[in-house]
Amino acid sequence: MHPLLILQAGVATGTVLLFATLGEIFAERAGVLNLGVEGMMLMGAMSAFSIAARTGNPWLGILIGMLVAGLLSQLHAVLVIHLQSDQVVSGLALTFVGTGLSLVLGEGLSKAGGVAQLPVFSIPLLSSIPILGPIFFDTQSVLVYLGYLLIPLTWYLIYHTRAGLHLRAAGEYPAAADALGVNIYGLRYFYVFVGGLLAGLAGATISLAVSPGWFSELTTGGQGWIAVALVIFAQWNPLRAAFGAYAFGTLRRFVLDIQGPTTLFGLSNPFHFHTNLSFFLQMLPYAFTVLILVLSSRESVRKRLGAPAALGLPYVRGARGL
Amino acid sequence: MITKTDRVSRRQALLAWSFEPRDHTSAWLQAATSAGAVVVALVIGALILAVAGGDPLAAYAQIARSSFGDLGVFSDTMVKAIPLMLVGLACALAFRMRLWNIGAEGQFFLGAWGASAVVLTPLLPATTSGWIVIPAMMLAGMLAGGLWGFIPGVLKAYFNVNEIISTLMLNYIAIAWNDFFIFGVWSEGGFQMSRVFSRHAWLPRLTDASGLVPAWAGLTTHLGLLFALVAAVIVWLILQRSRWGYEIRLLGDNPRAAEYAGVPIRRYTVLVLMFSGALAGLAGMSEISGVVHRLQGEISPGYGFTGIIVAWLAKLNPFAIILVSILFGALILAGREIQPGGIPRLIQGIVLVCLIASDFLLRYRLRIRRPVSPSA
Repeated sequence: MHPLLILQAGVATGTVLLFATLGEIFAERAGVLNLGVEGMMLMGAMSAFSIAARTGNPWLGILIGMLVAGLLSQLHAVLVIHLQSDQVVSGLALTFVGTGLSLVLGEGLSKAGGVAQLPVFSIPLLSSIPILGPIFFDTQSVLVYLGYLLIPLTWYLIYHTRAGLHLRAAGEYPAAADALGVNIYGLRYFYVFVGGLLAGLAGATISLAVSPGWFSELTTGGQGWIAVALVIFAQWNPLRAAFGAYAFGTLRRFVLDIQGPTTLFGLSNPFHFHTNLSFFLQMLPYAFTVLILVLSSRESVRKRLGAPAALGLPYVRGARGL
Repeated sequence: MITKTDRVSRRQALLAWSFEPRDHTSAWLQAATSAGAVVVALVIGALILAVAGGDPLAAYAQIARSSFGDLGVFSDTMVKAIPLMLVGLACALAFRMRLWNIGAEGQFFLGAWGASAVVLTPLLPATTSGWIVIPAMMLAGMLAGGLWGFIPGVLKAYFNVNEIISTLMLNYIAIAWNDFFIFGVWSEGGFQMSRVFSRHAWLPRLTDASGLVPAWAGLTTHLGLLFALVAAVIVWLILQRSRWGYEIRLLGDNPRAAEYAGVPIRRYTVLVLMFSGALAGLAGMSEISGVVHRLQGEISPGYGFTGIIVAWLAKLNPFAIILVSILFGALILAGREIQPGGIPRLIQGIVLVCLIASDFLLRYRLRIRRPVSPSA
């Protein structure tokens, strides 16, 4: 229960939210709202765990988990890009399908027992930095380090490359981008797929690294929805998303850890599992999500920052409007 | 050299079909596409079952037998359909204004909690007649559910908070809130449930009147059915026959026009979400008072989420919601016997996917052209 240990575990837990949030940023930047993150994460978590348990190879598990979630995302892509369905309803449908399918295919998987673990290591030098070292660079999973790499990469890609320019244009003003020769339809399919891959990676991170195993719907416990909220908090910016993801991961971890010990500071722990106060503690991450939405929504109104202008709108070539 | 126009015209000549926007869709076509979508979904579900090594025909026959086989099981189907009707109406009302209330599940739990509070706190003495207890429970359930809709309503109207996320987060909070009471405050003998309510707090069931109508013996359909039918009429009257409904529909279809016309958008946002929450809360009350008769954790197999699909399948029509709820009630009832347990959820998801895909056919018509010969 050392504070540094909670922060260290919080970074690992936050990595799940980081992957899912970055994925959703890609999709939404391209103009596609995908509310199916929770369903895609469950499919990713279930497939990754199932493959890893069967083959003993967690890397193969991650790969398949990502691909399965990516494939699932294409269902949403077809519905909203070509069939011009309502993106909210289609995203909900995706969550239903993903949840149902993962429960059906994951039947009996919770008894599968342990799987081969992913490598966990410390970064030499960096881990000896006071405070930050133990939190970020000491005995973390390889996926956590992958997360660190992905943050600047995503940021650079979105703001400083030609591909990123096209991505932003597709979400802000697709007709103009189309006129310049950007293939809006192809681009949207691609970034919805990227979002699916990352949601799958987020799920695999849970089932293979953060809390290994398959616990049906409780595996994700609403983290896919928190990721959707974090995108709004992040104002579609990967750097803010990283901050939000790690902060939330720490909060989740804190809520879990403080329920463990029977005594706190020599007194009996009022938050111990299934004591009355622990239920209020469990509400915290969800209440906090609403709170940051209140704060960030006000901020985005004040600064006139906002969602990509074409977010949620189907693009029909030649039709009037965005 | 092939110019772009050449390519386009050649493609049109080769394929000779295209989709064109419709300017009018008949009610008949809407009903037909919905029915078609359900059939396609059942076929896809059968394929998945077959691939997973099951016998789809046997599974569907089993669903039909165990939900419509005789009066007894049909009554059980109705019991499952009642909460779906109320939750479906709750969703339809909010969706009509394009307010995405995904929090019906939490509002259902809060409604159940509010109704239980009347009995367990107890707000009324245990000997109070049912004529007073049940209306009090209805009121408390609707208030509690309404509060759970009021919060995201205010957040949306005055703080610009996305209601999809806030209603969803409130679901988790509602379940933890309920757990707090069933694990601690109202726990009976350390079990995760309250004591059984006294008979005054039970909604009358058909079987209770078997003294008058012997054929009703054993039928568990309860008074909640009447609540749902009345609620359907009220929602229909509000949406189709009142100025409120006109303004709600206007806000849903064209918010900018509504704003220019001076429709108070904030007030409607709060009121519609609150009323929607109250309906879902009533569903929780009727389930707790009509079926479970105590507060416990397992009171909903996802009624709040299935209600979303019900509302969408019924095209937000209150009377269609009643019929669609019976179908989905059958699915939930039969689902308890089907293994693996995720199948009903999966079928519900596939139905929704097919449904929104089929909407494309409502907005566009397939136009097949006779290939034009180059000389013409």
